[in-house]
Amino acid sequence: MTQPKIVIQNASFGYNDQHLVWENINIQVNERDCLCLLGPNGSGKTTLLNCMNGTFPLKNGTILINGKNIKSYSIGEMAKTIGIVYQEHSAPFPYSSLEVVRMGRTPYLGMFETPSKEDTELAYSIMQDLGIGHLAAKSYTQISGGERQLVLIARTLCQEPEIILFDEPTSHLDFKNQAMVLRTIKRLSNNGMTIVMTSHFPNHVWKIGTHVAMLGFNGMVMQGTVDEVMTEKYLTETYKVEVKIYETETDKAKLRYCEPIFE
Amino acid sequence: MALKKKMESEVIEKRISAWQWLLMAIIPLSLLFLSLFLGRYVIPPKQVFQILGNKLLGFHFIPTWTSSAETVILQVRLPRAIMAALVGAGLSMSGSAFQGMFQNPLVSPFILGVSAGASFGAAVGLVLELPVLAVQGLAFLFGILAVGIAYFLAHIYKATPILMLVLSGMVVSAFFQAMLSLIKFIADDEEKLPAITFWLMGSLGSIKVKDLAIAVVPISISMAILFLLRWKLNVLSMGDRESRSLGVNNELIKAVIIITTTVITSVAVAFSGIIGWVGQVIPHFCRMIVGPDHRVLIPATMLVGAAYLILIDNFCRLLTANEIPLGILTAVVGAPVFAYLLRKTKGGWN
Repeated sequence: MTQPKIVIQNASFGYNDQHLVWENINIQVNERDCLCLLGPNGSGKTTLLNCMNGTFPLKNGTILINGKNIKSYSIGEMAKTIGIVYQEHSAPFPYSSLEVVRMGRTPYLGMFETPSKEDTELAYSIMQDLGIGHLAAKSYTQISGGERQLVLIARTLCQEPEIILFDEPTSHLDFKNQAMVLRTIKRLSNNGMTIVMTSHFPNHVWKIGTHVAMLGFNGMVMQGTVDEVMTEKYLTETYKVEVKIYETETDKAKLRYCEPIFE
Repeated sequence: MALKKKMESEVIEKRISAWQWLLMAIIPLSLLFLSLFLGRYVIPPKQVFQILGNKLLGFHFIPTWTSSAETVILQVRLPRAIMAALVGAGLSMSGSAFQGMFQNPLVSPFILGVSAGASFGAAVGLVLELPVLAVQGLAFLFGILAVGIAYFLAHIYKATPILMLVLSGMVVSAFFQAMLSLIKFIADDEEKLPAITFWLMGSLGSIKVKDLAIAVVPISISMAILFLLRWKLNVLSMGDRESRSLGVNNELIKAVIIITTTVITSVAVAFSGIIGWVGQVIPHFCRMIVGPDHRVLIPATMLVGAAYLILIDNFCRLLTANEIPLGILTAVVGAPVFAYLLRKTKGGWN
């Protein structure tokens, strides 16, 4: 049994002393897991993600990354271990996409160092690998939202992390771009990357998730494998609206999806 | 395959060629040289060459010139032109560093209140009729003080968010401008008020060798540090959240950038008064030529900024019999150019 990648124990967090966003959270993420965090708006999914890479300190409890307390990680060490793709990002300057991807090498550079030729090559080969080599010269501010998301994923891969966190990677994207991003995440997961991702789309869990954690208000509703957790009961409980699960078959595979039921 | 990939990634990178760098370096140097020949006091070019040859290269031309010609070239024009280069390079580099850090291509290096603080300091010195060195010292100290206050006002929750920095910079500037007005109000309007007013307009007219000797060390060291941090400016400009996730110690880098730019701007302001629009226009202009990558942009702004201020200062000396204050010309030239660049780049977002 290998060591779990992320262990969250009795964690609670609040932006102020009066109100906790969530408390007593316990989550374990093993190597190669793709954990999806579901939950309604305001349940603190993104906050939890930000605690996992040490951006926000917990109020109580501990987070262990590779068995080591998150508090003893330096900012640079953390960036080599965990990469994060935030949900929406725009740059004030029209850097080329290659430039943005190359920024992923920053944790490996000293304070006064600039990236080497090897760094550039690595960045470019990662872009080609993700099928976005043609974007390299294009300005990061002028590509589509989905392409930008892929560029950010390439940048994160450039950090050579062991874990990647995704904060709602498909929000604001149309179907084609959603598919493009999800396919990429799925591929990373199949290649052995440990992934935690928040999502507003329960349907995406069936497409790429291995495990699910559902956050209700002030705490966890349920966590486990996809089949254990993705039930009408728990979905209804989490979202406070009746949810039905349907099954259908395409010529390739069985497909499951859910819909909220309302008038 | 590996070879092919390498070539592709190199083709994609738009590089500034050695020739372009050479050109960018030759322009300020030749302007500096040229400005030794220009001025109201007419010295034949041949004599200028001979004076320079004797003093700098160790030739032994027989002097056919007056000693005042020698003084004009070596004690007045040379230090003045070098100071113009230093101040122009420093303000432009500070401007582009701040624009990167504040994630906004329109920011000026005076955004944290350094010019307001320094103006107040200088005005106090002028009203008290202190010696020149003390006036410069006060301007420098109050410039640093203003930025220091802005920085600590902006420091919340162990961080200094960009928005807080901008706002506290505004507050500090407003305060010191009010204090400056107060000083002007109580100053004697025969001598001291005009002195303050002239100082605020900015000028390199009274720069001496010893001023240069004081200014060159802190400005050069600070510029060197900014140059070394140029890659971090790219990462920092992506936003605090992003750069932290990329392993950058934001607070440390921001503090270093603020300290170095403040040293540059306060020294520049202390010796030359308020020279506006250089630190805004030059980085914007350079970004149009060499692109947004700070690895290239920072050295480019340094060279172009130096050339620009030498050029403008020469116009100040030559246009009218009574020198036009430098700060007026940089604004007269800078504001319309900036407006043009704004229209052309539509705010610089593309």
